[in-house]
Amino acid sequence: MPERIGVFVCHCGQNIAGSVDVEKVRDEAAKLAGVVHAEDYVFMCSDPGQELIRRAIHEKNLDGIVVAACSPFLHKETWQNIAKNTGLNPYLVEVANIREWVAWPHRNDKEKATEKAIKMVEAAVAKLRSDVALQPIKIPVKKSVLVIGGGIAGIQAALDIAEAGLKVYLVEKDPSIGGKMAQLSETFPTLDCPQCILTPKMTELAHHRNATLLTYSEIEDVTGSAGNFKVKVRRKATYVNWDKCVGCGSCMQVCPVEVPSEYEAGIANRKAIYIPFPQAVPNKAVIDPMSCLRLKYGKGCGLCAKECPAGAISFKNNERFEELEVGAIIVATGLEVMDASNFAEYGHGKYKDVITGLQFERLLAPSGPTQGRVIRPSDGKVPKEVAFIQCVGSRDPENWNPYCSKICCMYTAKQALLYKEAVPDGQAYVFYIDIRADGKGYEEFIHRAMSEHKIVYIRGKVGKVYEEEGKLKVVAVDTLTGKKVEVNADLVVLATAAVPSPGVKELAKKLRIQLSEGGWLKEAHLKLRPVETLTTGVYIAGAAQYPKDITDTVAQASGAAAKAISFLSKGYVEREPLVAKVDEDICSGCGNCVALCPYGAVELTDERVAKVDEALCEGCGACTAACTAGAISLVNYDKRQLFDLISTLVRR
Amino acid sequence: MSDFEPVIIGFLCKWCASAAADLAGTSRLQYPANLRPIMVNCSGFIDTSYILRALLEGADGVLIGACHPGDCHYVDGNLKARRRIAIIKNSIKALSLEPERIRFEFISTSEGAKFARVVREFTEQIKALGPNPLKRNER
Repeated sequence: MPERIGVFVCHCGQNIAGSVDVEKVRDEAAKLAGVVHAEDYVFMCSDPGQELIRRAIHEKNLDGIVVAACSPFLHKETWQNIAKNTGLNPYLVEVANIREWVAWPHRNDKEKATEKAIKMVEAAVAKLRSDVALQPIKIPVKKSVLVIGGGIAGIQAALDIAEAGLKVYLVEKDPSIGGKMAQLSETFPTLDCPQCILTPKMTELAHHRNATLLTYSEIEDVTGSAGNFKVKVRRKATYVNWDKCVGCGSCMQVCPVEVPSEYEAGIANRKAIYIPFPQAVPNKAVIDPMSCLRLKYGKGCGLCAKECPAGAISFKNNERFEELEVGAIIVATGLEVMDASNFAEYGHGKYKDVITGLQFERLLAPSGPTQGRVIRPSDGKVPKEVAFIQCVGSRDPENWNPYCSKICCMYTAKQALLYKEAVPDGQAYVFYIDIRADGKGYEEFIHRAMSEHKIVYIRGKVGKVYEEEGKLKVVAVDTLTGKKVEVNADLVVLATAAVPSPGVKELAKKLRIQLSEGGWLKEAHLKLRPVETLTTGVYIAGAAQYPKDITDTVAQASGAAAKAISFLSKGYVEREPLVAKVDEDICSGCGNCVALCPYGAVELTDERVAKVDEALCEGCGACTAACTAGAISLVNYDKRQLFDLISTLVRR
Repeated sequence: MSDFEPVIIGFLCKWCASAAADLAGTSRLQYPANLRPIMVNCSGFIDTSYILRALLEGADGVLIGACHPGDCHYVDGNLKARRRIAIIKNSIKALSLEPERIRFEFISTSEGAKFARVVREFTEQIKALGPNPLKRNER
């Protein structure tokens, strides 16, 4: 228990010093019992700041430190590392968060902010005085990774992990991997087609000896913790034996049922038995039980089974569950586009020729239902005037999402440009709020679209789209001139907002990771830990975190893979030793703690005392609050410490 | 009574309410400095004796911030806390303390604005309630 404590007060430039009298905090700290050293510095996390802490630990022979600075989520590890490297036990480090919790929210009252900061330092010292030195618990890890989501983010992450020699499982909810990228016509700004740059990666992953694809599958349950997760995967019923199916597609030719194809974004149909697209990986058929006549009525039809040369179709519900053991998890569930039917003012659903950006991708795609011929859905004619409306549901805090969907400016420019290449005598109009082209080669791409292809950019938000004399009237106010603008279009393309993938909320709960506003996955730190979550061993990649383009997604996916690989590379994980412990002399053996523990980490021994399994205990402390005898406590959070903390904070 | 500056003890769970308090700070949302926060791993860790201790020591209010139901990092610590707090709120009446001196809130990581609003509201509420009567009798 530290008796020679050093207190280090950070100014964080003016961030803290601007609203807290840091010298006064330092002077008051110096007077506290147990404190032998107090110092302030402009940036404690900088190299000279860290050196100052190191020197003080050595010179003053400190046996514990309190750093009054920013949130412990940001730099507690930094301070703990200094301690570790200086021979001080890292669990004898306490942080007083006087930036996020004091200086920033109390900017207009320096006196009160200073008083609060002093109190918080005092409380940290009080707690530290009863802290004991601890050793992290070492637990061996499983050298394997689960990647959830088989879009470009998941594919890239899985490939990197497989290449590093670790076993990787990729779980994808759809029958094929490929995700949104597989639906695109071409990609900006290079105009590479996904068939050329994505499908080879899909095949490479499918054939990699370290990779296992579990498509048409979903995560049912996740237990365990960092280094040793147990994951239950639901393999959805395909009604087709994939070991036999060779992907010849004869079943699809005879199936009499047609329903809108997900892959074609609804502009073309698929059969009730289908392979999502010709380059699907794996190239296997599934039966959609909602539309298959045989499955709906339990008898009849069965044409596909008769036709199948491999005898793969049984109509048997072959749903099953698989258990995986993995050391780390990467979540790459991507994005979805908002349902355009929300935007009645733009006539989606009412007029056949008002379509979404994703649907237009399929019209432009050489692999699409029109083989890349741009024709409008209503009458199959080539549209001579196309209006693109951006920010449909994005940057609209009053009605929809406040955020920028980030990809729409660029894909709209790309779509307009591809349209002009397909229909050289056509005219494209783009309605925009601002043009955001903040990537390598992006600004140049927009200029190319404007100058070479004479695409007309109109700065203004569209109020209404309605049909008149066979044309779609697009009405907007040009915000540069203040004048009303009307465009008579044959086709209207809506750049609907990107939203998180459906089901991600439930998945986040299973993984015990947090969500940000808007339902995006929350990173451990927006700037410095963008691919980590606060749950050790769980990482995030791609648009599940926030809308992003393929360039950024691939970079982040490799980042997440690298984090997972480095996490597993030591072969063991160091777990926080902040677990519950039992004072056997006091324990009455009532078993309250056993019943309350969500992890089954406490049990009663033959001697009728509670015993904690440190490998299972997560340190939540639920047991400690229920122990009537006060026999079970959290290490370094025992009752006496909490009472000291509370008394210190209450005192004036 | 107008110069009464209450002392409010806050127990904030690490995974939700603490992160929300961080977000409130990062967003530079302003709220009164009367809250003196303690970060705990989970709201389910909060022993009713901690709340009682704070009030007996003279705190004018106690705020508990937890994850929303279903979001608890430790499965259901927040629900355990909700029950315990309902009970302690009732029990403190025996000490002539108003149950309103204890406030329990679900605050997620993304609810920085809610955190600031709750602290503002609660501080006003405690100011209106006046000092902790146990403290008034002292000295």
